Amino acid sequence: MEDKKSVILVSPSEIVARGLEVVIGDSGEFRVEEIFHDLSRPVEARLRIVDPDIVIIDPTVFDFKSRKEGRGRLADICDSIVMALDVSGLTDDVLRQYDGSVSIYDSPDEVLRKVRSSMESKQTDSPMSDGGELSSREKEILVCVAKGMLNKEIADKLNLSIYTVITHRKNITRKIGIKTVAGLTVYALLNNLIDMNSVQ
Amino acid sequence: MKEIFTPNMRLSDMLDMNYSLVQVISRVGVDLKHSGLKVADACAFAGIDPATFILISNVYSFPEYIPSPEEVASADIHDIIRYLHGSHDYYTGMALKNLESSFDRLVEPCDENQKKVILKFFVDYKKELEKHFSREEEEVFPYVESLLSGVRNPGYSITDFEEHHENVDEKMEDMKNIVMKYLPDVCDENMKMWVLLSIYRLRDDLRRHTYVEDNILVPTVKNLERDGR
Repeated sequence: MEDKKSVILVSPSEIVARGLEVVIGDSGEFRVEEIFHDLSRPVEARLRIVDPDIVIIDPTVFDFKSRKEGRGRLADICDSIVMALDVSGLTDDVLRQYDGSVSIYDSPDEVLRKVRSSMESKQTDSPMSDGGELSSREKEILVCVAKGMLNKEIADKLNLSIYTVITHRKNITRKIGIKTVAGLTVYALLNNLIDMNSVQ
Repeated sequence: MKEIFTPNMRLSDMLDMNYSLVQVISRVGVDLKHSGLKVADACAFAGIDPATFILISNVYSFPEYIPSPEEVASADIHDIIRYLHGSHDYYTGMALKNLESSFDRLVEPCDENQKKVILKFFVDYKKELEKHFSREEEEVFPYVESLLSGVRNPGYSITDFEEHHENVDEKMEDMKNIVMKYLPDVCDENMKMWVLLSIYRLRDDLRRHTYVEDNILVPTVKNLERDGR
């Protein structure tokens, strides 16, 4: 009933990428569209065009210094779920930026389970729920926005990556059709999510 | 590109094709009692360049209409400014005032807090828009006028002025969605419908206005800055 989810793999290692392609492709739920070995300009352009459901990327394609910001570059390119491919033991502060991770030491079943669960955790915010109710996480974030908090502050408070906060905010806007902070504040107040005293 | 309205049409025929042009006519100083005349003649009475009037009318009526570079280049900047200025007067003197009093009536049945929040949103939006207009009136238009009279002010360029239209448009969209979907049930349906229609009309008008600023005024002034005239 549902189309296969499209996946793009980015890994400097051909062998690792091919292996992952087999594991993911065998499930029948996912289709690996393309494999890339770096994140050069032409690859970015492809990502923009294909706009896959999932990107699984080895963060070592970013040099060590820019590894934490790497996820942000992807967020600018496409709306995909982005998972880290852990080859060399990534640090927590890097992993936290991603929507999930798989390790090359995971069994095939484990890999699939992790990819599915990353899909699902985002699924509640998928376009299918357009005009629908906000999830409790989204409400929590909406309240912070209405109180005038910045993305960075919200991320720190809720222990999320800033990209996750941005994704939630995009989803909130898509669901309720309100974009500006002033508008979101009105929405939050009219729906009794906050009271007058907590604004400004 | 083939022109949709032409100077040889009767003005009243143009209005029959798109009655919202009634607003454009008054903004550029064309008198409604001249509607029986050909566009070119009605324009002559008002002292406005017919080609520029047609250009504005086409842009205003057909959102998909993209004027050719030649049309833009030959537009009379005085007349463009006259139109933009007339629009500002209409927005601040009429449209926003009417919308505000409709808003007041719409949220009248809400409880005090809700009323306060909704009206504050509207008033903030209105202030932002008015600030935007007055910046154009006080800085941009005088700058362009002085440029036209051959005086260059090296400290300023029209590119400084190509900005923040998005924010006011986003707030307008939010306002529309709030009225449409999220007002308390106590608000009157007919009032809601009325306010919603006013918002849509103002939104579309502002978008055409922005288009004229960004795609006709700015490029023409840029040419002027580069070449003089």
